[in-house]
Amino acid sequence: MDRLLDVKNLTVKFALRRASLTAVNNVSFSLKKSERMGLVGESGAGKSVTGFSLINLISKPGYIDSGSIFFEGRKLIGLSDEEMRHIRGNHITMIFQDPMMTLNPVLTIGTQMVETLKAHGNDSTSKAEATAIDKLRQVQIPSPEKRLKQYPHEFSGGMRQRIVIAIALLTDPALIIADEPTTALDVTIQAEIMDLLITLCDSSRMGLLLITHDLGVVSEVTEKMAVMYAGKIVESGPTRSVINQPSHPYTRGLVKAIPGNIPPGDPLYQIPGMMPTLTDIPAGCSFHPRCAYAGKVCTTETPELISVTNKQSEAACHMISGRLPESDIGSLALHREPKPHSGELMA
Amino acid sequence: MLKKFLDSFFFYSFIRDPVAVGSFLILAILFIAGFGAPVVAPHNPYDTTTIDIMDSELPPFWTSGSDDRFILGTDSQGRDMLSTMLYGMRVSILIGLGAVALQALLGITIGLIAGYKGGRFEAFLMRIADVQLSFSTYMVAIFFGALFQAAFGMGLYEDFAIPMLIIIIGFAEWPQYARTVRASVLGEKKKEYVEAARIIGLPSTRIMWRQILPNTLTPVLVISTVQVANAIMSEAALSFIGLGMPVTRPSLGSLIKVGFDYIFSGSWWITLFPGIALVILILSINLLGDWLRDFLNPKLYKG
Repeated sequence: MDRLLDVKNLTVKFALRRASLTAVNNVSFSLKKSERMGLVGESGAGKSVTGFSLINLISKPGYIDSGSIFFEGRKLIGLSDEEMRHIRGNHITMIFQDPMMTLNPVLTIGTQMVETLKAHGNDSTSKAEATAIDKLRQVQIPSPEKRLKQYPHEFSGGMRQRIVIAIALLTDPALIIADEPTTALDVTIQAEIMDLLITLCDSSRMGLLLITHDLGVVSEVTEKMAVMYAGKIVESGPTRSVINQPSHPYTRGLVKAIPGNIPPGDPLYQIPGMMPTLTDIPAGCSFHPRCAYAGKVCTTETPELISVTNKQSEAACHMISGRLPESDIGSLALHREPKPHSGELMA
Repeated sequence: MLKKFLDSFFFYSFIRDPVAVGSFLILAILFIAGFGAPVVAPHNPYDTTTIDIMDSELPPFWTSGSDDRFILGTDSQGRDMLSTMLYGMRVSILIGLGAVALQALLGITIGLIAGYKGGRFEAFLMRIADVQLSFSTYMVAIFFGALFQAAFGMGLYEDFAIPMLIIIIGFAEWPQYARTVRASVLGEKKKEYVEAARIIGLPSTRIMWRQILPNTLTPVLVISTVQVANAIMSEAALSFIGLGMPVTRPSLGSLIKVGFDYIFSGSWWITLFPGIALVILILSINLLGDWLRDFLNPKLYKG
């Protein structure tokens, strides 16, 4: 079995006082060993919540409503806290967006790394330090012996993210979830960190789930990808085919909105409207108020994810399933302004 | 290690603040004199064989009728004032530090757990703290002191007065620490490094003590100085009303109390000198604490 991660029909809800909101709706995907997958979408699409639910760390009032998560053949939902703690860090780790915040400001890098190792085994301090130095070398931190005694504020942003990666690597995990790991860094550092992640994943056969909104990064790093919109996967497949020949109108919009695809001088493209907040997700296809192709059936029926003919990818759109008659395509498009929204509910 | 300390910004800003250096020096002298009392003091006020009642109420050296053996005069029992004060200061400082250590231990543990766990548990612990705060220190102390004296008698009370006062003052004031620590923990636990620590699978006790606690120590350090001064004052006040240290093992407070009875007979020095010593001790601790608070407050650096 070279299956690493299997997520089936995952639904995550947030229980509010009046209603419960569905942040992740019936999401399924799977990852093979040492495979790299991208999860893209706008802010609030449910990407991060999906990532957090994999390690069972959704903050309250969120909870996993239904679905199953298998990691290396082991069922993750329903594990005890102690078993889950063992999985976290040991087998699955996560890297965050802002390396300024994820390191403890008052502890040296060495202390933080040794702490992590000690929490997952009974390594002696000297052995743990040796491992830490080894990992720092792997992420190309110069003179790691000296660096071990320094505090986070003595490092630059890019170096801190390397250290965060080194901490994630300490226990040789099988899967790394990277939640927008380069958003807080400038572009050159971004490329370096991404290269580093690719090298590390290849050399130690690690799987990578890359959560981002940067299609450029996804196309460089990942082999397959899924596009999320309002809590659902609207398109998924091999990265190359999804980006080069997007099937879902939303993905098409995203690809079109990449600045490089527009001739200099022309205004940048943007998908009209805003993503709906979780409190008022439109009926039918949740993308229909912003879709240029929307027809009548889109307002009433929710499209399922089906494979696209002649492509390896899957998409959830009535045009692909053929439910939307050709004569009806675009009949509803932009007839009405999308409702103004009361503000973002989730970051 | 020493070089690193001498190079640090802490030392740099300390050495450039005359008030801090001055109060630190005075405090150091008082501590050394107090804890080195058996060596430093010219007489041993606990040794009854060296005390002569004929020497009682001798005035300090610059007044007429003084005795060269007793620089600051003697008290009503003929004990050398200077020696008694040094020994008394030792008792006062000991109780102050001990009580604060107990307060900190209780308060930090409770505040940390309450802040981190949250929910009903937190509400319960913090209400206990509120209840504790609504009793005045003196009321608790009077109650327990009286209870102890009634239960075990005066003889045993004299032997156990120091630990008893430490426990009473320690228990009366722990909510100060609990509240301070809880407030900082509430701020810290939302930060990403805590989440990161949970993601790499650290157990929650380790997260609390090793990750969060070091980040909350700044305010703890600052209130500690204030609390030491407060504890010494509480002890003095309790001794003054007769519920603290017994006269046979006097603290600064009980010396003031004893001397108070003789003020109107003209022996002003018995109460004045311990009073001055107490004021200097408290003042230097507070000034040092003020400097520490300013130093640890990053908002004061800019602008």
